[in-house]
Amino acid sequence: MTTVPKTTTSNQNQQSISPQVDEKMLLHLSTSPHIRQPMAVPEIMKWVILALMPAFVSSVIFFGWRSIMLTVVSVGSAVGTEWFINKYFKRPCTIKDYSAVLTGLLLALNFPATLPWWTAVIGSVFAIALAKLAFGGLGSNFINPALAGRAFLVASYPAAMTNFNAPFFGSISGIDGVSGATPLSNIKDAFLAGNFDPQLFSSALRSLSIGNVGGCIGETSAIALLLGGLILVWKRIIDIRIPLSYIGTVFILFWLSNGSGSFFNSASLITPTYHVLAGGLLLGAIFMATDMVTSPITPKGRIIFGIGCGVLTFTIRKFGGYPEGVTYSILLMNLIVPLIDRYTRPKIYGEVMKRD
Amino acid sequence: MFKKYSFKGGIHPPHNKKQTESLTIEEFAAPDKVIIPLSQHIGAPAKAVVKRGDRVCIGQTIGDAGGFVSAPVHSSVSGTVKSVGMFPHPTGKQTMAVEIENDGTDEFAPLESFEKPWKEAAPGELIQKINNCGIVGMGGATFPTHVKLSPPSNKPIDTLIINGAECEPYLTADHRLMLERTEGLLTGALITRKILGAKRCTIAIEDNKADAIAAISQKLSDPKFKDLSVGVLKSKYPQGGEKQLINAVTSREVPSGGLPMDIGCVVENVSTALAIYDAIIDGKPLYQRVVTITGPLTRTPKNLLVRIGTPVMNILQACDVDFSMLKKVVTGGPMMGIALSTLDVPVIKSTSGLLTLDEKTPGIREYPCINCGKCVKICPMKLIPSRICKYAEKGKLDDAAEWNLMDCMECGSCTYTCPSKINLVHYIRLGKYQIQAKRAAQNTEQKK
Ligand code: SF4
Ligand code: SF4
Repeated sequence: MTTVPKTTTSNQNQQSISPQVDEKMLLHLSTSPHIRQPMAVPEIMKWVILALMPAFVSSVIFFGWRSIMLTVVSVGSAVGTEWFINKYFKRPCTIKDYSAVLTGLLLALNFPATLPWWTAVIGSVFAIALAKLAFGGLGSNFINPALAGRAFLVASYPAAMTNFNAPFFGSISGIDGVSGATPLSNIKDAFLAGNFDPQLFSSALRSLSIGNVGGCIGETSAIALLLGGLILVWKRIIDIRIPLSYIGTVFILFWLSNGSGSFFNSASLITPTYHVLAGGLLLGAIFMATDMVTSPITPKGRIIFGIGCGVLTFTIRKFGGYPEGVTYSILLMNLIVPLIDRYTRPKIYGEVMKRD
Repeated sequence: MFKKYSFKGGIHPPHNKKQTESLTIEEFAAPDKVIIPLSQHIGAPAKAVVKRGDRVCIGQTIGDAGGFVSAPVHSSVSGTVKSVGMFPHPTGKQTMAVEIENDGTDEFAPLESFEKPWKEAAPGELIQKINNCGIVGMGGATFPTHVKLSPPSNKPIDTLIINGAECEPYLTADHRLMLERTEGLLTGALITRKILGAKRCTIAIEDNKADAIAAISQKLSDPKFKDLSVGVLKSKYPQGGEKQLINAVTSREVPSGGLPMDIGCVVENVSTALAIYDAIIDGKPLYQRVVTITGPLTRTPKNLLVRIGTPVMNILQACDVDFSMLKKVVTGGPMMGIALSTLDVPVIKSTSGLLTLDEKTPGIREYPCINCGKCVKICPMKLIPSRICKYAEKGKLDDAAEWNLMDCMECGSCTYTCPSKINLVHYIRLGKYQIQAKRAAQNTEQKK
């Protein structure tokens, strides 16, 4: 390396090198910063998809091939719809950002195993075409497409969407009587009938956390969903504020209104735990309420959002005519996100001492 | 051992300092020709006092300050003035500059060191000397130092922070100075402290420079430095931002639209403190500085002591840059530095580094904003960059201003972190210019 001689440049040396280099060298100009962190939108989507894999795998374990079929149909029609609409309206193709895959997958995990395949297609097409692309695509939709798809199907095909069969693999913990109804409708019925049996509930809790209970294919295994949640928190993709405040609110409200007559015995914790593990709460709180596009942008707003979802879920489950409630709670809260963002504007640096 | 200071928000880009942090500063030979811009600071450009054919010596004034907020400019070589005219400037503009041909004799103009020990001098005399030596903030802002050191009497200063954070990735010039010229910069800090009458003087260093912290702590055991202290900062960007540094060290916040002196603080870069030492003790004007030359395409990265006015091309050649792959050269750090349009531009008083990059950084958005909130979480000014950017992009300047567009410090953290690769700060800057232009237009309107 002859670096030193060049250092003490003589005039001709410099002149001979300069133009030659300048000729072929076109320098790229752009404003600062000149470096970027590597994680981009497709990676985020891929990580969320990966985090859903434990739930998907457990759904295959408990519900068998129908679960695979429904997922493939749902993802396929979601991606296909996005591709077709972009093509038809001559817009840039956006399927490579993986958001349609994620929507299809999330929607599939919200199906009961018995759902006919064509209903899954209708749900996916609705989610992508009307809930997402009609508002301008990724980033411009104000409600979560997968949830909108599910809500649409529940309203249009209530029977098909609530035909919950008990898992085909039978029971590990010995409660078999859940076929046809989810644990949530069981507990609701028990409440209405006034017979509260802690014994039955605590054994139901065990099967809920493992996942061999009736329900939508992806929402039954609490452990699989929590594992996914841990991945997302670890990769800093979701803000733990939302699931924590959501689940916490549901837990506290059910604890305060538990039917055991006390707040400090173990029985008082059964109902709230049950409500956390049962139904779509974990799936909704970890994967749907945290959807970035449709949740608040400010840290404080996210807590408010989570609490709001929790209160609504509690209200619907406790007083509504419908045992679920996660879908509608999140959808309703999605609608007021702009409001939350506006009123939770952070105090900027230096504002405290503003002199006017 | 120490309590670590920090601020809320910020990012953790890869440091990339290993390449140069252990390389001793080398002196770079004076080039055959220097181009010394008359505008190397914020404020009015200096006025040339030499003309074509004049002979000048090292340290001779070639441009007089063009006003109070301005600074004189000195020659960095001895030789003949070839021309005074428009030359490309690192900021991308064409500005007035003095082109001097080096005669190689390295003859110095008579250096007037301070006539009495600095401890006996009045602040005003010291400030005058600093002013004459053309010292400006060398961390990048280039605010004339004598102005910073003359706060109005109703704004007493109680805290002086010497900024050794060097939070920009890649750069190690300040780090090396803290190791190699420890005594000088600490004395410079003492001189500044005396000028300001500040009670507290903290030298703030990021914890990724353990050797610098150790070297300075060791020197501080000497009783003559008993008034100084070390503050260890968490390594994160933009820890060295003036407002973030003040907040980390004192828990105070500079009011929106205000200056550090409003809350009794002054922040000075370590290179500036050293320049003050050189000026007061040796009478040396600011005609050279340390530059880190690094980046993926620099085969022999270096920390070089360079004469102001040395063309960037000469330096890159000396560091064996792979020109065939070169896509971009940045002066300063990768977060706030400026991409050069030509390599004929000179090193100026604020050139802390030269970075060679092999890839283009995306200038356009790749995905729509997905509202992920990462930019909100890391913005050190606690703004909502995504929203401001949207307003600025759509030309809704009033809305943007209402959401504190003008408080953005342009640190670039939001752009760095955005998963949609939106160049938020670019649009924010654009909005700022438009608002400034609008305000200027309104002012002239009113005057009519
Ligand atoms: S908005 Fe401004 S201050 Fe905030 S992160 Fe972006 S560039 Fe930095
Ligand atoms: S980081 Fe980018 S994608 Fe995320 S909210 Fe900010 S602008 Fe939008």
